[in-house]
Amino acid sequence: MALTTEPTWHARGAPRRGTRTLRVAASAALAAAAALAALLVPLLLPLDQQAVDLTAKLLPPSADHLFGTDELGRDVLLRSVYGLRVSLTVGIAAALAASLLGLAVGCLAGALGGRTDRLVMRAVDVFTAVPHLLMGIFIVAMFRPGIWPVVASVGLTHWVSTARIVRAEVLSLRGRPFVEAAISGGASRRRVVTRHLLPAVLPQAGLAAVLMVPHAIWHESALSFLGLGIPAHQASLGTMINGARGSLATGDWWPTLFPGLFIVLPTLAIAGLAGVWRERINPRRRSELVL
Amino acid sequence: MSVVPGSLPWAPMARLVGRRLLAAVPVLALVTLGMFAVAAASPFDPVRQYLGGSAVGVSQETLDQLRASLAAEGTFVERWWHWLTAALTGDLGQSHTLHQPVAQVIGERVGWSVLLCAVAFVAAVLLGTALGTLAASRPGSPADRVITSVSYALQAAPPFWIALLAVWLFALRLDVLPSGGLTDPGSDVVTAGSLLRHLALPAAVLTVSQLPWFVLYTRQGVADALREDPVRGARARGLRAGTVLRGHALRSGLLPVLTLIGTRVPELITGALLVETVFSWPGIASATVRAATSSDFHLLAALAVLSALAVLAGNLVADLLYGLADPRVDHDEM
Repeated sequence: MALTTEPTWHARGAPRRGTRTLRVAASAALAAAAALAALLVPLLLPLDQQAVDLTAKLLPPSADHLFGTDELGRDVLLRSVYGLRVSLTVGIAAALAASLLGLAVGCLAGALGGRTDRLVMRAVDVFTAVPHLLMGIFIVAMFRPGIWPVVASVGLTHWVSTARIVRAEVLSLRGRPFVEAAISGGASRRRVVTRHLLPAVLPQAGLAAVLMVPHAIWHESALSFLGLGIPAHQASLGTMINGARGSLATGDWWPTLFPGLFIVLPTLAIAGLAGVWRERINPRRRSELVL
Repeated sequence: MSVVPGSLPWAPMARLVGRRLLAAVPVLALVTLGMFAVAAASPFDPVRQYLGGSAVGVSQETLDQLRASLAAEGTFVERWWHWLTAALTGDLGQSHTLHQPVAQVIGERVGWSVLLCAVAFVAAVLLGTALGTLAASRPGSPADRVITSVSYALQAAPPFWIALLAVWLFALRLDVLPSGGLTDPGSDVVTAGSLLRHLALPAAVLTVSQLPWFVLYTRQGVADALREDPVRGARARGLRAGTVLRGHALRSGLLPVLTLIGTRVPELITGALLVETVFSWPGIASATVRAATSSDFHLLAALAVLSALAVLAGNLVADLLYGLADPRVDHDEM
């Protein structure tokens, strides 16, 4: 029974060193493979992902087509790689937009305090009150589906969590000796923010930005799945899964399964790597949730 | 729990409810104002949308009249005020996609959505707490490893994808459950039996998509609680492991889960939206998607208000429970 004394607890509770190294290595390999495939395959391989071949439609996975073919005879593996490329692009752009917005808002609220802070926290309340997907659906519905409305819909909804983290961090930094030293040294408010506070919150904000990427991909694929995201000619992974619903109804599972795996695996890889980063900058909160 | 029903702190709880109701008013007002602002900034035009393809050749005079009758004139603040005052009397506008008043659309569908969400949420909380406690009580064991890794994997999996794979497995391959809808083919009578069979798969998928958060939070909370002094003291007094776990560690270890109940409501609604879509469940979600594809502003605005109400209510319930469960926390300080 595990309920014994303290030292045993820690020894048993902490992940074994070997397992952790393995997990980190697997995450790094997976993330690298996904990034390389998404970057290089379209450049290096002269294959047309949209090549329709009705004689080869809905072939199950085989040596020729590792992931099988879809209802138009297109190779599911090749399309998934292209879909990953779209999803990653949108995910990174959206996460960047949300994080920069959150960083700016959080910094302002934390550094200025007072009325600005109260106003920002009100806005945070408003943005947390409506589910982000519904807000995203509304934005896309008003602006017509496409890559930019999707990026905007993620950016405009997801900044809240980053802003919260940055604000809390700035508030705790404001009383630290190095900030007080700068202020008593006559530094302007602007200089305190840009030279002292901003660099100090960047690691936390960076971590939040990295963890935002899977969220953004998730959000984008959900919108695309509902037919409200990336249009079919730029198919993202969500668009592909939506398009595969017809073949799924006739029992052909591969056009649904594989694009989904292309969402799950990179998400796990990014979460695994971000977990290591978190341990570095914040060793106390070792086992906190990654996603 | 030491709180007996007769001695509930009714007055502080009522004050908390009152404060939250007051705080909800500006939030709801700002949410709707924001929606009108976004609509005003977008290329969306209610008049052109009302006319559809027949907008060509319509005189300016007719357009202006239409604009007036659709309450689409003036700045977005004026339009918002017009909408708000009407909404307070129960008139949420007309849904042009479903050709029904918005209030009626919601009235017909909200029950099904609430049923699905409630079943899935209760199942996720109970199952998640049980699995998380199991994992935390034997850290590093095979059971812990399996539970934790599966939770992380499920956290990364989009609910609509899980839903589609579940349809494939249970409805197509095994043919044990219907793949969607509410009634059996050839009948539109909802009986308890057919409802249960049609509810099983969507509710299970929604449960599974919410489960990992409850599992991981519980595991963390209980693992932390097992290292706290009172728990060590109980162990040192020679109490049995099961007694220590149930009587001491769970009490403080489950507190983070109560907070999670409040914060997961938006994700529950999001999950339900996707799951309902896959299973053609006749709830709010299919209305949302149809409203979105044809820019049905009034319906979308009402749905946003509805989900904001659900989120605020979820937070309130979580705080009320937290105040009851944790004697160190006072309802008046929340």
